[in-house]
Amino acid sequence: MADHVLSPNLAVDREADRILKAQRRRQIVSATFRYGVLTLVGLFMLYPLIWLVGASFKTNSEIFAGAGFIPHEPTASGYVNGWKTSTPYTFGHFFWNTFLIVMPKIIGTAISCTAVAYGFARFDFPGKKILFASLIATLLLPNVVTRIPQYLLFRDLGWLDSYLPLWVPSAFAGDAFFVFMLVQFLRAIPRDMEEAARVDGANTWQVLLFIVVPLLTPALISVCLFQFMWTMNDFLGPLIYISSVDKFPVSLALKLSIDTTEAFEWNRILAMSVLTIMPALIVFFLAQKYFIEGISAGGVKG
Amino acid sequence: MARLQLRNLEKDYGGFKAVHGINLDVADGEFMVLVGPSGCAKSTTLRMIAGLERVTGGEIRIGDSLVNDKAPGERGIAMVFQNYALYPHMKVRKNLSFGLRLKRRPAEEIEQATRDVSNILEIGDYLERLPKQLSGGQAQRVAVGRALIKKPQVFLFDEPLSNLDAKLRASMRVRITDLHKQLKADGLQSTVVYVTHDQTEAMTMGDRICVMKEGRIMQVADPVTLYNRPANAFVAGFIGSPEMNLVDADLSGNQLAIGSQSLALEPAMMNRLSPKAGAALTFGVRPQHFAIVGSEAANALAGRVSHVEFMGHEVYLYVNVEGQQMIVVVSAAHYDRSKINGDLVRLAPSQETVHLFDRKTGENVSLADLH
Repeated sequence: MADHVLSPNLAVDREADRILKAQRRRQIVSATFRYGVLTLVGLFMLYPLIWLVGASFKTNSEIFAGAGFIPHEPTASGYVNGWKTSTPYTFGHFFWNTFLIVMPKIIGTAISCTAVAYGFARFDFPGKKILFASLIATLLLPNVVTRIPQYLLFRDLGWLDSYLPLWVPSAFAGDAFFVFMLVQFLRAIPRDMEEAARVDGANTWQVLLFIVVPLLTPALISVCLFQFMWTMNDFLGPLIYISSVDKFPVSLALKLSIDTTEAFEWNRILAMSVLTIMPALIVFFLAQKYFIEGISAGGVKG
Repeated sequence: MARLQLRNLEKDYGGFKAVHGINLDVADGEFMVLVGPSGCAKSTTLRMIAGLERVTGGEIRIGDSLVNDKAPGERGIAMVFQNYALYPHMKVRKNLSFGLRLKRRPAEEIEQATRDVSNILEIGDYLERLPKQLSGGQAQRVAVGRALIKKPQVFLFDEPLSNLDAKLRASMRVRITDLHKQLKADGLQSTVVYVTHDQTEAMTMGDRICVMKEGRIMQVADPVTLYNRPANAFVAGFIGSPEMNLVDADLSGNQLAIGSQSLALEPAMMNRLSPKAGAALTFGVRPQHFAIVGSEAANALAGRVSHVEFMGHEVYLYVNVEGQQMIVVVSAAHYDRSKINGDLVRLAPSQETVHLFDRKTGENVSLADLH
């Protein structure tokens, strides 16, 4: 056996030991500090949400009594009364309305954006560069600028007070961001598989359906998730185009309870707010993985 | 009959001409290898045959029909890609049968064909696996199977072995040539166009080889002719390993001057010279066609050994002759250290096998006895 002790000097050994210990101590201190700060900041950012959930179980009088979130006398009355709403419809009706907007919008977005992105990523056609540049340019355009012309257009089409203005533009690949995201994702996928499929006898649409779409799945899932969250949270769109109460989606219905009641039933509003964010939260947590995959694929060209 | 004909085939990428009007006939059942250095447009040519690149000039005929404007799926071809291009979301079974399913063949026929192909290629055990669960060699066999199952008129291979390690490559080489022979013996369609940049693959696999350079065909011939009678200096240098020594030489009478030294060409050699042969030539000798001779021998070139590589059964000598490096291969058994004086050596080329090329055009001017 070879002797691996380089220095038999005990003093040097002790010194090395001391340095090692100091290093370990520094690591522990720094980790504690880092996690402490992160937890504090995280709590600080999450607190309104935690408070919202807690306060939805409070009585009206308790809500403004303090900043704590634990209710003293927990009650579900906010949920029960809030669900009934002050209109002839239950909150379930408004959820259904939201669903009627979200579903066609998501399906339309997925189909149209895939087709458009496939076109931009894989085919050469006259004017491609200019068209793609204008697509990207619309990304930079503030939404507000197009509100009025859009409103006039949809008014002339007779689409006011219907869901059409809310989802039809998206079903024609109106969301440049999603097209851009899918184009970036497709550019990172080698073309060989598609060429092999063409040699196997597939036409353009079959290649898209049988080869490209399965390869695009992660990106498509994140497109659907984004569209779902954004549509759920959209307030301005429905506010502009929907005027009859029976067609209100949840985002408008929430505001409704503030408008119509003289003395605000805050616990009802808070309870319904909690319900409103639930679908988005659940979907987000279930599909977190795809979010990240979709975003990183779009951002970093692989 | 599935012969393949290329007539004045051109490819123009908006100003850059990749393929300059090539003509090539591949006979029914022939194994044709397209070989050349990278950028010689061999892959572009193959992709035009497959229908993956648009033809900008000339004709492609498969069998008797002009296929220029046909979709890849209608040409009766199947292609094996360099990186396999298996569909990653389909199991091997679905990968194999994708083409047949698109054509809506009956289920029993698809089942039978899948079984036949997986037996031939020994991939029966992997049918339920996804491509990512396969090794390189297995994936390559599935890729070949996907081509085979379609019973195409022409098989196209695009550098199918370049992603495999050397050992696997050698065994796949044998497997593919065996497969071709078997198809031929069974009377099935078996015309193959095989693209590679590896001259060993070309020499060992092809019935005939088409050597390409910068979008032009340099020579089309069987491996033996290509090796022994290269049409020009490019083919001579490209085929054979280590590559042929090509040095500048000037001819006057029967004296071939290489730098300050000269060789007297033998009468047989002189007879082979074409009347076109000028004075400015390139002298080509394969490394294997030198003999190391003693100082008493005439008609030899003197050089200085700069480097010796022992390869086991043979020895590579790197010899500097008149400022130009030559490689000499001698069998280890005949490698006689005593013939080398210090690092000085005398090399006698065997004149039956040497070639002379026009220095300007590169054309071989020592093949006159052919005519």
